[in-house]
Amino acid sequence: MIDHLNWTATIIFVGFFVLVTVMGFLASSWKAGDLTQLNEWGLGGRQFGSWITWFLLGGDLYTAYTVIAVPALVYAVGAYGFFAIPYTVIIYPLIFLIMPRLWNVSAQHGYVTAGDFIFGRYGNKWLELAVAITGLVATMPYIALQLVGMEKVIQALGFQGEGYMAHAPLTVAFVILALYTYKSGLRAPAMIAFVKDIMIYIFVIAAVIIIPYQLGGFGAVFDAAGKVFDAKVAAAAAATPPVKLAAGLILTDAQIAPFITLALGSAFALFMYPHSLTGVLSASSPRAIRHNAMTLPAYSLVLGLVALLGIMAHAAGIKVTNPQDVVPALFLKMFPDWFVGFSFAAIAIGALVPAAVMSIGAANTFTRNVWRPFVNSNMTDAQESGLAKLMSLVVKVGALAFIFFIPTQFAIDFQLLGGVMMIQIFPAMVFGLYTRRIHGWPLFIGWACGLLFGLYLAYTPAKWIPVSPTPLGFSVYIGLYSVLLNFIVAVVLSFILPNNAPDETAPADYEDDDTVVAPPHLHEPEPIL
Amino acid sequence: MKYILLAIPCIAAIATPYYNFMEPRMFGFPFFYWFNLLLVPLSVAFIYAASKIGASK
Repeated sequence: MIDHLNWTATIIFVGFFVLVTVMGFLASSWKAGDLTQLNEWGLGGRQFGSWITWFLLGGDLYTAYTVIAVPALVYAVGAYGFFAIPYTVIIYPLIFLIMPRLWNVSAQHGYVTAGDFIFGRYGNKWLELAVAITGLVATMPYIALQLVGMEKVIQALGFQGEGYMAHAPLTVAFVILALYTYKSGLRAPAMIAFVKDIMIYIFVIAAVIIIPYQLGGFGAVFDAAGKVFDAKVAAAAAATPPVKLAAGLILTDAQIAPFITLALGSAFALFMYPHSLTGVLSASSPRAIRHNAMTLPAYSLVLGLVALLGIMAHAAGIKVTNPQDVVPALFLKMFPDWFVGFSFAAIAIGALVPAAVMSIGAANTFTRNVWRPFVNSNMTDAQESGLAKLMSLVVKVGALAFIFFIPTQFAIDFQLLGGVMMIQIFPAMVFGLYTRRIHGWPLFIGWACGLLFGLYLAYTPAKWIPVSPTPLGFSVYIGLYSVLLNFIVAVVLSFILPNNAPDETAPADYEDDDTVVAPPHLHEPEPIL
Repeated sequence: MKYILLAIPCIAAIATPYYNFMEPRMFGFPFFYWFNLLLVPLSVAFIYAASKIGASK
């Protein structure tokens, strides 16, 4: 089982893992609060300033799976995998605009999840449930994929095992994660995120300097990769039966519309996920969020460089049958063992942070928006926090079961569908932050239509697909296509159906405190950085 | 004005047909890649500008 273990790399890997484990447990007394309150356990007491939020959100959004999957896609098809960059460029103007409003109204009314806001705004607990279930279903496979990322690097260290034993190291790591998340709540990933992000920056910067240097510069790297892509396309066309493969250093014409819509749709979906909102709502002020809209793009740059690893792998002559192995294989080939251990630890710890935040986000959602409205509406704060802690364990066991019993491809398909599902709550959230003209039941029906239409488009007998042809003659990302239907249905029905449900929020709740108080001419510009 | 400033980087990001080229290259990077990477700091500059005039809308 451990005959082929790379000992130097493994020792460094385990060392870092132990370090973050200790931090995870100690985090419970960091910025101490009463952890029997959901607000404290599940949002860290809403007191994370710009810096902590930066590390936490960065650690939360740019996950281990991203570090594995984006270069894998670039390795497989080239430019198309780069959609991750325009995607992350679009996110931040949106965050800058929308999220301070959500933070304000949430702090005012004690909202912990998207569902809390939806119920407060629309007074419709079925829409609240729809939002909650969407978040839960989309998050579970996402956590599972973090485990896939982690397992890839554990295997690359040389660990081999038969049957269930193959998952033994992963299980140990995950049980430890589950325990300190249970104890410390959101404080644990917030603290570990510091280590994770610094490690990721070091490994990415080292990789994009050293690897091209060894391979003769970026020009040579791109030229070599271009030749590999051309050969791949030619080989596919020459095969019997011929396959039309789209791969290359730039997009083919047919790839352009899917590229654009995938970037847009992914951007709309991202901040609907429970774990993103958990990160945003744990910030200490709307100002901290606006700062982060300007500082988080640093991670996008890193992601762009990570994506280039897929190109570099071709220049380095890496041949793998499963593209997801490309990053570990590249590192094993190009770096000394100690740095391999460091980089793999960065990826594995990179899985722990989002997995913890996702399980907390999912647990908060279940407690607040499924259990409280439908099972026990008279929970005390301590009961709420207790249930959320328990649910964070259940969610993790569920994700682990995914890895044990369900093929990885299924988790990948499911995560893909997760985006299509998550984007369906975008209309309810974003309309809600600006207007109450569009209301509960129309949004619920829109959600249902969008969801069914999206799943219908994504289903093919062979596999689930993310992109579908349209009557206009080009293909688009299904998430964006289906949310359009959702949007139209919600708007049209809002004019037909009566709008008489209660709304506990007031327009001023959405504005920053100071902008409400000060008349415009007295208002001092917001200090930046 | 704030909204225009925020919209510019988004539109640039999805103006894919206008940056889907190999040439001109910079430091060996095809245009497609360096433009995408350059877009990230540019978007920050636009958000920063929007935040400066944010108070006056």
